Amino acid sequence: MRAKRTAGTIIYHILVLAFGLIMIYPLVWMIMSSFKETDTIFMTAANLIPTHFTLQNYLTGWKGFAGVSFARFFRNSLFISVVATIGTVISSSIVGYSFARLKFKLRPVLFAAMLVTMMLPAQVLMIPQYLWYQRLGWVNTYLPLIVPYWFAIQGFFVYLMTNFVEGIPRDLDEAAKIDGCSYYTIYTRIILPLTVPAIITASIFSFMWRWDDFLAALLYVNKTEMYPVSLALKLFCDPSSSSDYGAMFAMATLSILPALIIFFTLQRYLVEGISTSGLKG
Amino acid sequence: MENKKGKTFKEWLNQEHVAGYICALPFIIGFLAFMVVPMCISLYYSFCDYDILNPPVFTGLKNFQRMFTDTRWLTALRVTFYFAFVSTPLRLIFAMIVALLLFRSTKMTGVYRAMYYLPSMIGGSVAVAILWKRMFAVDGTVNILLDKVGIRGLAWLGLPSTAIWTLIILAVWQFGSSMLIFLSSLKQIPARLYEAASIDGSNKWQQFWKITLPLMTPTIFFNLVMQLINGFLAFTQCYIITQGKPLDSTLFYTVYMYQQSFEFSSTGYGAAMAWIMLAIVALITWILFATKKFWVYDGGL
Repeated sequence: MRAKRTAGTIIYHILVLAFGLIMIYPLVWMIMSSFKETDTIFMTAANLIPTHFTLQNYLTGWKGFAGVSFARFFRNSLFISVVATIGTVISSSIVGYSFARLKFKLRPVLFAAMLVTMMLPAQVLMIPQYLWYQRLGWVNTYLPLIVPYWFAIQGFFVYLMTNFVEGIPRDLDEAAKIDGCSYYTIYTRIILPLTVPAIITASIFSFMWRWDDFLAALLYVNKTEMYPVSLALKLFCDPSSSSDYGAMFAMATLSILPALIIFFTLQRYLVEGISTSGLKG
Repeated sequence: MENKKGKTFKEWLNQEHVAGYICALPFIIGFLAFMVVPMCISLYYSFCDYDILNPPVFTGLKNFQRMFTDTRWLTALRVTFYFAFVSTPLRLIFAMIVALLLFRSTKMTGVYRAMYYLPSMIGGSVAVAILWKRMFAVDGTVNILLDKVGIRGLAWLGLPSTAIWTLIILAVWQFGSSMLIFLSSLKQIPARLYEAASIDGSNKWQQFWKITLPLMTPTIFFNLVMQLINGFLAFTQCYIITQGKPLDSTLFYTVYMYQQSFEFSSTGYGAAMAWIMLAIVALITWILFATKKFWVYDGGL
């Protein structure tokens, strides 16, 4: 009986591990290939470990396109993602407080509107928003990639914050009110410090989504020197560019590095964010 | 700063409803300025002949009529439905199987969970899309690996019958977030239910069908709705990997809408397509909600 159970456990681990390795194989393959000499990548595609380990792909890839290096693309991505994320987190947190704690006449209507924004996908808004930003003269600037996020347009984050604030005991607010706090100081002194875990979760997801965002950049950014990384990587696929697969995989690997770092350091927040509020990775 | 009710401005500001509106202000402005206004503008343009460069000309229902005679539009609709309705169930089935496997907690569970979730986290990125394109190329990784085991590869991205499947596999590969949601929902099923069932002599298989699955239906429903909508709106992967080729066999609705609006200068037509897409998404959601009472468990535990 005992031996049978041990055998079962071993089979279980082999099965789960083998399937898991298949899952991450494409990524490992890409990372390994980025260290191979570029003309040997597909000849040696079946071997995972490079025979001649080289960093040459990173050096060629980093040079970028048309005189714009990847340093510039990474700086652009970082700027857009960080500024948009700060806006998302601040605005969603304040709005979440108002939805969770303050009673006012239009609150149910606004809450319903927020749920609609959650269901309304970016792709449906792609053309409407483009036409509007074009009227505002925002095309060819970063404004469409940043400004809307300062106005809590992502229902997911407002919803996350609202839920989290609702979980904080109301006694704390009451006590603060007796001590002379206004509705605003209750937010800054009580709610804000207690919602730090939700703020971290929201920051992680927002940052990753902005970093990976391709569609908005494709629509609004036309100058190569303003490209974020996601758009710059696409240039490797253009028929006009020479196909240096080594450089392509090297830069693709660098582009997923922030996500990998977040994944390995802040996994707890990721898992919580997904399992409690259905945020998709 | 005294108003007629004898309140100072500060007192006025510190009323609950005033504070409520002030704190909700970012959302109110954002909702109007970045959702309602653009939608209204596009509603108008959807009834116009418009190409961004020239002023719009009102043409009534012409754009909507054009859709039903546009064979590429019909193809895009068919391809998108096929993609969404094949990839979503597969994704959820994988997510469920893996969640059940990982539910049993061992020392390795954290590592396994990370392995299965990692692809989902970066799967939407351009980096993965260009990797996929290379993997399924004629001289790509998949064919080389198949060659090693003696199978002749195919031009995966060149054949209408296989190209769509490379995109489906990419979508199914990212089952991680559904898996995590299933896992957390599995943990909420009380152990006493299984104990009682065991005492009554049921086996694991029966327990899954009679206890686990029915109690998971609300979570499955939530995932089905969200993933189906997302599947319907996929863009980046198709845009980078196949561009709708070959022979429009992978032409996603969103990609066709993008092409019409920005590459073929039929922005008014694109706006009309966006409205039809919204109607389709709403319809799918409505139908799913209508079927809810037939299969989703809504009692307590």
